[in-house]
Amino acid sequence: MSKLTTLKNAIAEHVQSGDTLYLAGFTHLIPFAAGHEIIRQKKKHLVLARATPDLIYDQLVAAGCAEKVIFSYMGNPGVGSLRLVRQAIENQELEWEEYSHFGMISRLQAGAAGLPFMPMKQTGATDLEQNNPLIKRVKDPYSGEEMIAVPALRPDVAIVHVQRCDQEGNSQIWGIIGEQKEVAFAAKKVIITAEEIVDENVIRSDPNRTLIPGFIVSAVCHVPYAAHPSYAQGYYDRDNNFYLEWDKISSSEELTQSYLKEWVFGVKDRNEYWEKLSAETRKNLEVAPSFSDKINYGRF
Amino acid sequence: MSELNYNATELMIINAARMLKDGDVVFVGVGQPNLACNLAKRTHAPNLTMIYEAGVIGAEPERLPLSIGDPSLVSGSLSVVSMFDIFSLYLQRGNVDVGFLGGAQIDKFGNINATIIGNDYVHPKVRLPGSGGSQEIAAWANRCYVMTPHQKRRFPEKVDFLTSAGFLEGGESRNELGLRGKGPVGVVTDLGILEPNQDGELILTQLHPGKSAEQAIENTGWALKVSKSISQTKEVTQEELRILREELDPDGIYLS
Repeated sequence: MSKLTTLKNAIAEHVQSGDTLYLAGFTHLIPFAAGHEIIRQKKKHLVLARATPDLIYDQLVAAGCAEKVIFSYMGNPGVGSLRLVRQAIENQELEWEEYSHFGMISRLQAGAAGLPFMPMKQTGATDLEQNNPLIKRVKDPYSGEEMIAVPALRPDVAIVHVQRCDQEGNSQIWGIIGEQKEVAFAAKKVIITAEEIVDENVIRSDPNRTLIPGFIVSAVCHVPYAAHPSYAQGYYDRDNNFYLEWDKISSSEELTQSYLKEWVFGVKDRNEYWEKLSAETRKNLEVAPSFSDKINYGRF
Repeated sequence: MSELNYNATELMIINAARMLKDGDVVFVGVGQPNLACNLAKRTHAPNLTMIYEAGVIGAEPERLPLSIGDPSLVSGSLSVVSMFDIFSLYLQRGNVDVGFLGGAQIDKFGNINATIIGNDYVHPKVRLPGSGGSQEIAAWANRCYVMTPHQKRRFPEKVDFLTSAGFLEGGESRNELGLRGKGPVGVVTDLGILEPNQDGELILTQLHPGKSAEQAIENTGWALKVSKSISQTKEVTQEELRILREELDPDGIYLS
């Protein structure tokens, strides 16, 4: 059954104000288009979970969509501070809940596997544990060793951008696969945006690459370039210049709001956004192909 | 031989690179650690395996990545796995030899703060990025190294917030927890190198050419002890500088 719909419809139907959202992707395939659509639809009081909030949560916070962030590294990757989330936390305008990367990812793993929590070995760094009551101690029932436990994270909605999927949402990702699979299985609903919608036979030709099965997906949206300024391996490069530029934009409330006005509210959809980028930027993000060697599944 | 000109960053990166052993599996961070690892690989440690926390194993990037999840890390790597796999199968399981740590503060016992400045977590004066992967790297990598400029505010007696464990309270406190890694065994600054003594206290064990123990003591927030067998780090070579400047960071993104 086809789940194809527009991103606008998918966000309107599946994302409610007050929801806990996880926009997936560790640096790679960050669903910026979906984030911008959420801003355009003025969703409020969202709990935004991401290991690395990245610019997309900076923008959602600046747009007034967020009530709380859950994170494990709050920076502009490779550049420095994630100014707006940081400022909102320092000004007591935003609630937050913090983990280490492994703690955050273990929460998703527990949620994805239908377990109440995940155990992890101790790290000796106890200050976070003392400040976050959800991080607890459990005893290994076999050895008696004391372990750290983190509770399952079950977002209301996961949004995952993928290189390709079929119209049912059977989704293939390659390159950095971060936490996309875990997020999809942990969430109650999954929205997929995809660079390409392909025939089911394309998916079936390489089943090992499918990380998310269509039957856990609620909506499928064809949104090329949805990850910019993040990237899609093999499709377009990371726009490092924009990550550097955001450092300047986000240092001023005025520049931030005018960015949102022009690049989020000022465009109808991702297609308009992409066309609005300069030809030079789009050219710079092109990548030369590098194909994998073919593998043989055999005909049986 | 004429004297070479180099800056503090180059000096730290070159000395950190020399601490890596051929065959090490290294958990690499972006920026300076990335340069140190790539320098080591191109000099004395050709069999270094670089792992990035984004899940890339055996990366051999053709360009200098700005972010830890750069696409250039993926193309031509040995393997790409999920974050859960990187932290569980690789790090927690004990398959990583070396980790690099950074932060705003490192204290007398090598503990690291990358979370807040000040003592009020709920009302932070200055909010820093937080742990990311460093809490686990500090605990489970066999050896950890830190590169940081030698400044008093970066070297307090005790960190404001314990993001990543060094030798905790010193003595046996780290060992008693059974953490598998040896902890921060080398801290490279622009003045010299600090290493833990038997109590886990960081002491000055090496000085860079032209630097003095007095300078190091002056710029440390606790009464820095100086090793009885203090030595001098080897001179930076022209070849090390050439690789750094011409091959690894020709645009001077991290070296300037």
